[in-house]
Amino acid sequence: MKLNRSAAAGTLESSDIYVQAAPGKGQVEIQLESIVYQQFGPSIVETIRSVAEGLGVTDAVISAVDRGALDCTIRARVETALKRAAKEA
Amino acid sequence: MRRSMLFLPGNNPNMLQNGDILGADAIILDLEDAVSPDEKDAARILVRNAIRTLDYQGCEIIIRINAVDDTGFWKEDLDEVIPLKPDLIMPTKVSGAEYVRQVSRYMEEVERRNGMEPGTVKLIPLIETTLGVENAFEIARSDPRVVAMFLGAEDLTADMRCVRTKEGSEIAYARSRMVSAARAAEIDVYDTPFTDVNDDEGLVADARLAKSLGFSGKASISPRHVSGINQVFSPTEKEIAYAREVLAIIEEAKAQGKGAVSLHGKMIDKPIVTRAQQVLAMAAAIGGGVQA
Repeated sequence: MKLNRSAAAGTLESSDIYVQAAPGKGQVEIQLESIVYQQFGPSIVETIRSVAEGLGVTDAVISAVDRGALDCTIRARVETALKRAAKEA
Repeated sequence: MRRSMLFLPGNNPNMLQNGDILGADAIILDLEDAVSPDEKDAARILVRNAIRTLDYQGCEIIIRINAVDDTGFWKEDLDEVIPLKPDLIMPTKVSGAEYVRQVSRYMEEVERRNGMEPGTVKLIPLIETTLGVENAFEIARSDPRVVAMFLGAEDLTADMRCVRTKEGSEIAYARSRMVSAARAAEIDVYDTPFTDVNDDEGLVADARLAKSLGFSGKASISPRHVSGINQVFSPTEKEIAYAREVLAIIEEAKAQGKGAVSLHGKMIDKPIVTRAQQVLAMAAAIGGGVQA
C-alpha cells in the first residue's frame, strides 16, 4: 500500500493513541512518545511496524503519541491512519 | 437473557475496553450516532479489533450500524464486524419489513464470503420513526434473524413533532404497540433509554413502567443506570418462591389426576404456569432473584 498524503487517527485521550502517517523516504520510520515508554516502548514500536507490514507499507513516516492504549487500539489507530494516508491526495 | 443493554460509543477505546465490567447483560457498540461522519472508518476498525481481542465474557455483543442510505456506511460496518460473529446487529431507523430484509440479504453475502453459516448473526431492529412503529408487527416477522426489537424514543418524538418528557405519555402508544407486535411475533422487546443520567429515581420508575407494559428489558446510555435496570427486570425472591409453589402444585395435581387446582385460593391456569416457568428461567439465568 502506497501512502499519498499525510493523515492522522486517534486522540490524545486516556487509553488512546494519536497516530500520524505520511509518505517516507524509502523505509518505514517510526517515532513514538508514550507514557509507558520505559516498560512498553519497544513492544509498541514493534506493533506499529507489524501493522504497516501487514498492510504492505514499505515507505512511511509514522509518529505516535500513546496515552496507554491497548494493543488492539494501537493496531486500529495505525491501520486507520495508514489507510487514510493511502487515499488520493 | 437480556435485562439491560448499554450503549458504548464505538470510537472510544476507554469505554470499549471496560465494556464487560459495567454489569450490563448486553453492550451495544455504537457505530451510528455516537460517531461523527469523518470518524466512521476509525470506529469500525476499532470496534472490529475490540471484539476480536477483548474478552467480553458473559456480555452479549450488539453492533449498532449506520442507517441504510446513500453513504453506504452500513455496508462497510457489516463488512468489518460480521466476520467477528457478534451476537446481534442493530439496524437503525427501521421503517418496514423490506428494510430489514435488505440488511439481512447483505449480511448473508458477508457471511458466505467469510465461510460462515448464513443466519449466524441475528438482528434487533431499532424502531425510531412513526412509520416503523406503525409497521412494528411486519418488522418483527420480516426475517428469521429478527429475535428482538428496540424502541428509540428520541428520534421517534422528533418524528412525531412532540417533546420527549420524563413521564413519557407521548410514547405510551408506541410502547404498547411495540410490545404487542413483538409478543405476537414471539420475540423480545426492549425499551428506550432514560436519558437523565443524574436521576436515579426517575430511571427506576421508568424501568418499572416498561416492565409493567411487558418489555423484556431496557437500554441505557449510562453505566450508572445498568444496576437499576437489572434490579427492576430481575424476578424477586418472593416471585421465585411463588413460581416454585405453582410448579410444585401442578406436578402434584398431575400425579393425582386432578384437572383444576388452586393455590392460596386462586385458580392456577395455563398463563400462570407459563409465567412461573418464565420467572424460574430468568432466575436460573441470572443466578437467583433480588430483594423486592
